[in-house]
Amino acid sequence: MLEAIDLHKTFNNGTINEKKALNGLSLKMNEGDFVTVIGGNGAGKSTLLNALSGVWTVDAGNIIIDGLDVTYMPEHKRAKFLGRVFQDPKMGTAGNMGIDENLALAARRGKFRGLSRGISHKEREEYREMLKILDLGLEDRITAKVGLLSGGQRQAITLLMATLKRPKLLLLDEHTAALDPKTASKVLATTNKIVNEHNLTTLMITHNMKDAIVTGNRLIMMNSGQIVLDISGEEKKKLTVDDLLHKFALVSGVEFNNDRALLS
Amino acid sequence: MELAQLLNAMPGAVAQGLIWGIMAIGVYITFKVLDVADLTVDGTMCTGGAVCASMLINGHGIWYSMGAALLAGVLAGLMTGIFHVVMGIPAILAGILSQFALYSINLSVIGKANVAVPSRLYPVLVSQKFVKNVAFTKNSIFVVAILTVIIIALLYWFFGTALGCSLRATGSNPNMSRAQGINTKRNIVIGLMISNGLVAFSSALYSQYQGFADINMGRGAIVIGLAAVIIGNVIFSKIFRNFALKLLSVSFGAVIYFMVLQLIMWFGIDTNFLKLLQAIVVALFLAFPYWKKVYLPAIKSMKKRRLIRKHNREVLAARKAEAAAKEA
Repeated sequence: MLEAIDLHKTFNNGTINEKKALNGLSLKMNEGDFVTVIGGNGAGKSTLLNALSGVWTVDAGNIIIDGLDVTYMPEHKRAKFLGRVFQDPKMGTAGNMGIDENLALAARRGKFRGLSRGISHKEREEYREMLKILDLGLEDRITAKVGLLSGGQRQAITLLMATLKRPKLLLLDEHTAALDPKTASKVLATTNKIVNEHNLTTLMITHNMKDAIVTGNRLIMMNSGQIVLDISGEEKKKLTVDDLLHKFALVSGVEFNNDRALLS
Repeated sequence: MELAQLLNAMPGAVAQGLIWGIMAIGVYITFKVLDVADLTVDGTMCTGGAVCASMLINGHGIWYSMGAALLAGVLAGLMTGIFHVVMGIPAILAGILSQFALYSINLSVIGKANVAVPSRLYPVLVSQKFVKNVAFTKNSIFVVAILTVIIIALLYWFFGTALGCSLRATGSNPNMSRAQGINTKRNIVIGLMISNGLVAFSSALYSQYQGFADINMGRGAIVIGLAAVIIGNVIFSKIFRNFALKLLSVSFGAVIYFMVLQLIMWFGIDTNFLKLLQAIVVALFLAFPYWKKVYLPAIKSMKKRRLIRKHNREVLAARKAEAAAKEA
């Protein structure tokens, strides 16, 4: 489903702040794979997601989604294949538009936006049903401005928007990191539910090692813009956090340096 | 300073306000919906009038002339859009560049500093002569009010379409918009074109109303446009929540602005200071939401603050006394 081949990206090239964020990274994901990504601060996790979603083009390498080479495809065109949820709950929704309007925007991802109605009555009823699944009581406030909702609610809506048109690849960028533990686990549970229901190919960055171990069928660990560990199947099921830290030190030769990950 | 004089001037102020209200709706689209500060309008507010007047003088019909003015505004918006989106120039600077360039264009369209289109010679829609003592349907206030309602209805429809919704999303959250497959660059250009088209349309009406097009008629237009947007927002935001009503409140804001202006002139203030006064009025209205946010809580908590200060003073005094007692 996804093939990333030898990706390179350097920020601030030629300056004292030069940073090789992606350093020959390659990753192949099969259809239905649910891959969790962990790594230290500045390992290139978010850079990888931004590269895949086309926020900027990579310096070298190729990105292939569902057989199509999208390396030079602009962000808004690539969006057709991708569902994205960001770390900041404010990032994924239009705050001064209604819940229904936000969902309607997502329903038209990859379609031509002309002078037909922006949202129909029938659609609104469909969205009401979808919101019921979230179990947050949002179905009764469907025209409320998203900006009035809590971070967890916004994130749940973003998740719904990202998967409304089934994406070829779902990208989750620490989407539970900004939420309190209880809400975070609820959003994660919803994520699992939606992903399993539609068998979506998913790439999820997380800072929570336990989540990374129990979620999905494959786990990759990044360091200095490369994948240093790739564990799947039975081996992944038997993993513990200590195992992971140990393995990381072994392959990378440095201690794992993500403060948030260690604290949680 | 006779009251009758003031009342006599009010219908004119209302008509002018309504005409500028259409311009302010254009400003609202860039400033509020797209979240872009577009200064092109200072140029476009002359371009529309210049094109309309020249067309009328060359014997074209009024609707052709108005249509050509609108189109000229749309092209001016396209120019700013290209500066901003294709050439990567910050929006404010892109607008200033367009405005600067439009001066030459306006001058070449008019051919000189100003040109007259008196209502007795040309089939104008509105005129300051048609404000009082004319048939109701010919009254400029009525004509502009109808045009305003039509424009608001069209915009209300447009911003409810899939394309219009994507424009609103672009202004609200560009990152999210791109993630949902919206071409934000193209949308900004579309928004600038619609906005400047409206401004030029308003300018065409204004040149007919004054009876002439002048190379300087757009100078400071953005200030008036912003004033109308903000006055409308400050006064009506609590009651007008629907998008169409918000646009209407902008139009009302412009009317209020011109009525206040008329009032100031009635007080007999030296008209040399008019622009200074306008700037101050606009600055005050711009400051209003900020002041409300920052100073209102401070004023409300004044008593509590005083008690806290007193408490802290007492604590410090007690500590000092304690230390002195220890030393002794």
